[in-house]
Amino acid sequence: MIKEKKNSDPKSKDKNQAPIIEIKNLHKTFGKDNKVLQGVNLTVNKGEDLVILGRSGSGKSVTIKCIVGLINPDKGEIKVFDENILNLSKSELNKMRVKIGFLFQSAALYDSMSVRENLAFTLRAHKRDLTADEVENEVIEALENVGLSDAIDKMPAELSGGMRKRIGLARTLILKPEIILYDEPTTGLDTITSREISELILDIKHKQKTSSIIITHDMACAKLTADRIMVLKDGKIHAEGTYEELEKDEDEWVRSFFE
Amino acid sequence: MILSLKNTFAQIGNATLFASRFFKELIVPPYEAKEFLKQCYIIGYKSFPLVAITGFIMGLVLTIQSRPTLVTFGAESWLPGMVALSLIREIAPVITALICAGKISSGIGAELGSMKVTEQIDAMEVSAINPYNYLVVTRILACTLMVPILVIFADAIGLVGGYAGINIKGDVNFYRYLSQIIQSLEFSDLIPATIKTFFFGFFIGMIGCFKGFNAANGTESVGRAANSAVVTASLSIFIIDMIAVQLTDLIY
Repeated sequence: MIKEKKNSDPKSKDKNQAPIIEIKNLHKTFGKDNKVLQGVNLTVNKGEDLVILGRSGSGKSVTIKCIVGLINPDKGEIKVFDENILNLSKSELNKMRVKIGFLFQSAALYDSMSVRENLAFTLRAHKRDLTADEVENEVIEALENVGLSDAIDKMPAELSGGMRKRIGLARTLILKPEIILYDEPTTGLDTITSREISELILDIKHKQKTSSIIITHDMACAKLTADRIMVLKDGKIHAEGTYEELEKDEDEWVRSFFE
Repeated sequence: MILSLKNTFAQIGNATLFASRFFKELIVPPYEAKEFLKQCYIIGYKSFPLVAITGFIMGLVLTIQSRPTLVTFGAESWLPGMVALSLIREIAPVITALICAGKISSGIGAELGSMKVTEQIDAMEVSAINPYNYLVVTRILACTLMVPILVIFADAIGLVGGYAGINIKGDVNFYRYLSQIIQSLEFSDLIPATIKTFFFGFFIGMIGCFKGFNAANGTESVGRAANSAVVTASLSIFIIDMIAVQLTDLIY
């Protein structure tokens, strides 16, 4: 549960600014010496969209996979809703995962299921007491949120890249998460579709009051969605700021992302 | 050589842990009845035509091949009993299990392997759905129950094939053929042969799931998982058969 701090001190930050995700000194090494994360520290505040930039293989996806427990870090602390997820039992972690949506780079739709089944399967797994009509209504509502209610009977193989991402997002949204982690949401899409997805991310943030981490290489997406940007280099956070601040950063390497 | 042996033992250890998890998860809700029935349909019902054709050919060929030897000894009348014994005790269970290893184990290996590579299994995990329960338990259970049924079906079709084989060079009434079979069979022929098919089914499902579930990243690993599932499942069928024959020999 989110514990909202009651601020009696008017000078203190707004309660919406309390970190919802807090990562401290995160380390992860693959194999013997492939050090991917070497002390990542980051925070995401409530209602904030944090964009993480970095070169391919810099550990961006590894960081967000650590947050949902898909990858176990070697060292560090990951607090989500003030609970260290590394200390949670399997069932506690699953309860936490329901509050965290994850959009995969490939959307990861279940190939053997139609769009309806993809969404209904996820919903039924958590709300087994829902009637068939209630499930259908929730599925339609989630698809309407991403503007794809017409695709309800299609199979994933019949969908375009942009549609797959939208359906993946609808499947994530059907559980009404408080946090959404986007792993390269616009990769492989044309400029117009990328913009549509970016606008959708923004729309979701405003409508569903979610907090997000967005991993991207798409600077147009970053400009549109980011409240704050972090740049990952050599397994550490190298720079941090708003889009406008980092665009004029002293470091040429950081500026190179914005050129 | 030492490294290869070490890898083999590590694989066996991992497979044992994977299999032991099946028994733990089997009794833990949620029970995925719908997915289990779907897998029974895919594994069992959809394999019937293949098993029927091979079963018929097994009976036919065995009869045709055995006849000359029995004729030499003037024991042609033993043909139905001999064919039935060979089919039910050994040939139908092993050949059907090998066909299932090729069709089912590779199919499961490729399906779960591609789900792993395309992050669908991770997607289940992050949605707080237990992928082992949904994907693995249902498939192993369906295999364990469907393979024995397929073997019994192959036994029956194989006997029909045997009847056809006998009548190529002879003229035997079907009821006479059946009564000769029933006279030559005992429960001690049927029970061990049927019990071992449950183990065949379990291992076919378990190995397919294990290989697919542990596929490395990359599309190449999907093919490798399917191929490795067939080879390992086929080998395990022979090993189980050898153990089953030894145990049967001790008991009966």
